[in-house]
Amino acid sequence: MGIKGKKIAVLSGKGGTGKTLVSVNLATLISEANYVDCDIEEPNGYLFLKPKNIKTEKVTREVPLINHDKCTGCKKCVEFCKFNALAYTSKLIVFENICHSCGGCMLVCPEGALSTKEREIGRIEIGKSSGVNTYTGFLKIGEPSGTPIIEKLLDRVSTSPLTSIIDAPPGSACTTMDSIKDADYCILVAEPTIFGAHNLEMVYDLVELFEKPFGVVLNKTLDGENPSKDLCVEKDMKILLEIPFDEELGRINSKGHILINESKKYKEMFGVLLNKITKEVGR
Amino acid sequence: MKELLILSGKGGTGKTTIAGAFIKLAQAQAFADCDVDAPNLHLSMELKDEAKVKDFHGMDKAYINQDKCISCGICKENCKFKAINYDGDKNKYTINPYGCEGCSVCQFLCPEDAISMEKDVAGQLILYDKEQIFSTAKLKMGSGNSGLLVSEVKKQVKSTNRGIEFSIIDGSPGIGCPVIASITGVDMILLVAEPTISGISDLMRIIDTANHFKVPMVLTINKYDINEDLSKKIEAICREKEIDFVGKIPYDKKAVEAVNKRLTIVDIDCQAGKSIKKVFDKTMNLFLKNKENE
Amino acid sequence: MIIAIPVEKDAKESLVSEHFGRSNYFLIYNTEEQEYKFIENSAAKSSGGAGIKAAQIVVDENAEVLVSPQLGQNAADVINEAKIKIYKAQVGTIKENLQALEEEKLKLLSEVHEGYHGN
Repeated sequence: MGIKGKKIAVLSGKGGTGKTLVSVNLATLISEANYVDCDIEEPNGYLFLKPKNIKTEKVTREVPLINHDKCTGCKKCVEFCKFNALAYTSKLIVFENICHSCGGCMLVCPEGALSTKEREIGRIEIGKSSGVNTYTGFLKIGEPSGTPIIEKLLDRVSTSPLTSIIDAPPGSACTTMDSIKDADYCILVAEPTIFGAHNLEMVYDLVELFEKPFGVVLNKTLDGENPSKDLCVEKDMKILLEIPFDEELGRINSKGHILINESKKYKEMFGVLLNKITKEVGR
Repeated sequence: MKELLILSGKGGTGKTTIAGAFIKLAQAQAFADCDVDAPNLHLSMELKDEAKVKDFHGMDKAYINQDKCISCGICKENCKFKAINYDGDKNKYTINPYGCEGCSVCQFLCPEDAISMEKDVAGQLILYDKEQIFSTAKLKMGSGNSGLLVSEVKKQVKSTNRGIEFSIIDGSPGIGCPVIASITGVDMILLVAEPTISGISDLMRIIDTANHFKVPMVLTINKYDINEDLSKKIEAICREKEIDFVGKIPYDKKAVEAVNKRLTIVDIDCQAGKSIKKVFDKTMNLFLKNKENE
Repeated sequence: MIIAIPVEKDAKESLVSEHFGRSNYFLIYNTEEQEYKFIENSAAKSSGGAGIKAAQIVVDENAEVLVSPQLGQNAADVINEAKIKIYKAQVGTIKENLQALEEEKLKLLSEVHEGYHGN
């Protein structure tokens, strides 16, 4: 019933608006839940949840392995590769960092000189923080694509009977899309600046494209203008919660502490948010 | 033309706010926004003239001609990017342009020659070049190829060829392709750090990334008074990593005010603005001093 | 001897290009025949790996020497594997660079940059 087994993605166009704050605190409040950190370039949730019993799984992708004895230098693979990851001088060379792992070169080679080998692109760490199962992805520095890592993370929770909170990367590029693909509901987090509103509109377009039900959390709100709120009104976006700017919150957060564990006020606030989300997801 | 790049690792530390201030203080004649996924710098800059907009093509994308397609499914079976959808009701295969990476394996394998590779607009390059030069871009939602677009944004600035001394570049968050593309060839990186556990974690990753390129780095701490203990920790990291510390900036609510008025933080009278001016002086001194050593 | 140089325009008076991978053309100059051949650089419109593709073009033209302003790591790997000598180009015209090369005034390209990483 409600949100059990459901996947709730938390996203924001702009970085630093409070995605991880919302994700970590929701997961902690639900208590028997999965927290999935898809911000594989700069994962942060584990710093708050401090999971134990960590199991690490390497994530790899396939790149060509050349059998130079079989290679005749016909260069069909060099000509085929749309990414220009192959070159032939006196022998065939592959540039693994450019290769997109499409498998094309192996298919076009008439001599069967290309097979595959694994190249490490990152890792996932699975741990436990009280009742929360944590899944954190790390992209190896310099690797161009983290999609396989996000796929692995989501695969680990795809059949889970627990609620999964998915902490998405900022922006609206391919990794964000990968993260929300299977989401049942999306929470958009926005801050009250025109930067925030501008980027909120980006992720609004994204969730609309994916036809995902969603709601908005306005974070760090101040007295005065709130361009993000104005945008919500204009586009008829449901506002789930407004979290006023609070230095105390900033301080607790800066230390890597989980807000609802330190403050009754915020535990109640997130309780209200969770109820609203449960209702929305139930529709 | 020398390039100063502003990076942070973590989002929301104040890169764009500081970049805008620097551009104003330096009266920079050339600047760029390399956060092509979520560009914001233009919102603080007074841009009077009209922009020159150019389509940016990423990889070609596959397209299935339904008249020729016999629904054999070989394309979907072999697509490593899961970019081909099958509609069971209609027995129809279609390409998902958001997933397609343009490898053309499907085209190669299609027994009916029903697949073609078509030009795809992945974003737009934007250039203002009347008085000042401002180069930026917007990547279409869901696109990859951001690294190349960032390179194009930087190239646009250089191509205007007006003998301008230096340019200031607002970078993007993270450590991925767009960040790497923005780092190549720059003369100095200004790291904007935030005194939080997350901020420090992300800072370490961006320092590692930037170290590959052997570009000199300097660092400022923004919103330092959120947590003065962690601010001190960051200063220690600077000493350890031999990164010049160029000063710190207090949290200032007026930053929000300035941004929302479409001004830079040095356009209004506030503490943060005063501190940024000092950071600016120190940074530019090092940035331009390096230049003289060449 | 065959010399390859990335150039702006397909004309003898052209300046040497600032780029390698994304230069507009390559000059393939044959010192024995004193022949100038200009080929369009098809690598320039690549989405990524332009340096590698441009290097392949230079290799396929059987160049023995490359005169280039700069070179990314990946492109350099290809050129080095093919045992092609690389000299650092001077800012200027084709003529100036060919002359400097002949007079042994050009330095070997020692600094290879990280490359634009698939761009």
